[in-house]
Amino acid sequence: MKLVTGIIQPHRLDDVKSALEAAGVRGMTVSEASGYGRQKGHTEVYRGAEYTVDLVPKVRIEVLVDDEDSSTVTEAIVKAAQTGRIGDGKVWTVTVDDVARVRTGEHGAGAL
Amino acid sequence: MPFELDTGNTAWLLTSAALVLLMTPALAFFYGGMVRGKSVLNMMMMSFGAIAVVGIIWVLWGYSMTFGSDVAGIFGNPTEFFGLAPLTDDANSLLAGSGVPALVAAGFQATFAIITVALISGAIADRARFGAWLVFAGVWVTLVYFPLAHMVWGGGILGAGENGIAAAIYGVTDGIANVAPIDFAGGTVVHINAGVAGLVLALIIGKRKGFGKEPMRPHNLPFVMLGAALLWFGWFGFNAGSAGAANEVAGLAWVNTTVATCAAMAAWLLTERLRDGHATSLGAASGIVAGLVAITPAAAAVNPIGAIALGAVAGVLCALAVGLKYRFGYDDSLDVVGVHLVGGLVGTVLIGLLGTDTGLFYGGGIDQLVIQVVIALAAVIFSGVLTFVIGFVIKVTMGWRVSEDAEVGGIDLAEHGETAYETIAQGRVIQEVRA
Repeated sequence: MKLVTGIIQPHRLDDVKSALEAAGVRGMTVSEASGYGRQKGHTEVYRGAEYTVDLVPKVRIEVLVDDEDSSTVTEAIVKAAQTGRIGDGKVWTVTVDDVARVRTGEHGAGAL
Repeated sequence: MPFELDTGNTAWLLTSAALVLLMTPALAFFYGGMVRGKSVLNMMMMSFGAIAVVGIIWVLWGYSMTFGSDVAGIFGNPTEFFGLAPLTDDANSLLAGSGVPALVAAGFQATFAIITVALISGAIADRARFGAWLVFAGVWVTLVYFPLAHMVWGGGILGAGENGIAAAIYGVTDGIANVAPIDFAGGTVVHINAGVAGLVLALIIGKRKGFGKEPMRPHNLPFVMLGAALLWFGWFGFNAGSAGAANEVAGLAWVNTTVATCAAMAAWLLTERLRDGHATSLGAASGIVAGLVAITPAAAAVNPIGAIALGAVAGVLCALAVGLKYRFGYDDSLDVVGVHLVGGLVGTVLIGLLGTDTGLFYGGGIDQLVIQVVIALAAVIFSGVLTFVIGFVIKVTMGWRVSEDAEVGGIDLAEHGETAYETIAQGRVIQEVRA
């Protein structure tokens, strides 16, 4: 099993969700995140005082999948989240040892 | 009864009193939005606490110290109207001229004392113990606000009466100084007074930890906008209500209050756009308050064109003044100095130029300008010296500041045992019912 994690622009979330649903993904975890990559931050001015805001808002999306689906899911996220500008984010995949479904207690691929 | 009750005037003054009281909770939102999320409740509580303390003291001896029989030109006799009960007597029941019950006027004036104290709190955000603030509120309003209000409005030395500085300089005709100082609704009494007190307290109490190094962005700008809007609404009672009657003076004050504020907001936004690149929502809210402050002393002394000029000058100067704290290194956290002291000075002094009866630009000569500068300086010195004494005594006796841990962790939790916003890290809720 794999865990695919994507850090994306917040405004791409709806498209990414739709793309994942179309790819057959039945569940995901979405959380608000903040960070920066090559785009760095921006400046804000309040009553003449300038602040550098280096962490910018992002959305983290996490999907647990079978091994053979991970590249499809990764490509779906990349394709849907891409705008071509700096700050589009990253997607990575890691191997997962075990998954348990809380409701039933079942383990492994059946719990996905 | 010596005068006849005027129901129209009385109704307007009752309405105005309610409008002005609303300004203090409005200020709580205006200030509360500007601090960080961990100290918003304490910021708002300083305004609400001022309502409680000053409201009671006003009824007990405040009105009497302001409008009681003159003692040395400095304050009124505190026992004369103690508890306001004497105002229900026939002899004192209606004010000369306007036919408004004195008790109604006393209620109206209470709200001015309250907001003046609350205004100061913006200078000492995030770091002052709540108990020390409440003690300061009671002592300061007694020793600084009531005397200054008496000096300007209650027949003291900064007014137009025979015992005043203006009468001493320019002579008297029929008991009124030949050149009468003008403070219609509180440029000196409220705004210069609170602005100077804020500066002095900020210096005594010291900077917030991390001031100038850590980001201290406003945590909720919509709160600031809401506060500014409610302040503007309440300010119609402040200025148009200060006419003391529902008449053409109130109408002029209403129109001037509106148009000066429009001009100040536009001027502040333009200043920001040219200097910083963006017209900001915080700038709009700040410009609104700067304009309201500046027109306060002048609301019935200028015409609407003069009000536009006055508001525009205030908008530009206040927008530039809020940056001074970084240059001089004092932490007037929410710019009580930059907005209220500077705005109050602009309004008070510009009457000497723009006043339609006596201003320099209207052929009135230089005398009005001189007396306006005199009362402004007198207010600065009086408020500055006494606030320093009070602030210093509190510092060496009960102490002003919360601990550094409390300040870093958030003064809301340390002083009030509450947090404004729910976060997932707060842990489980343990319910304990206390009988």
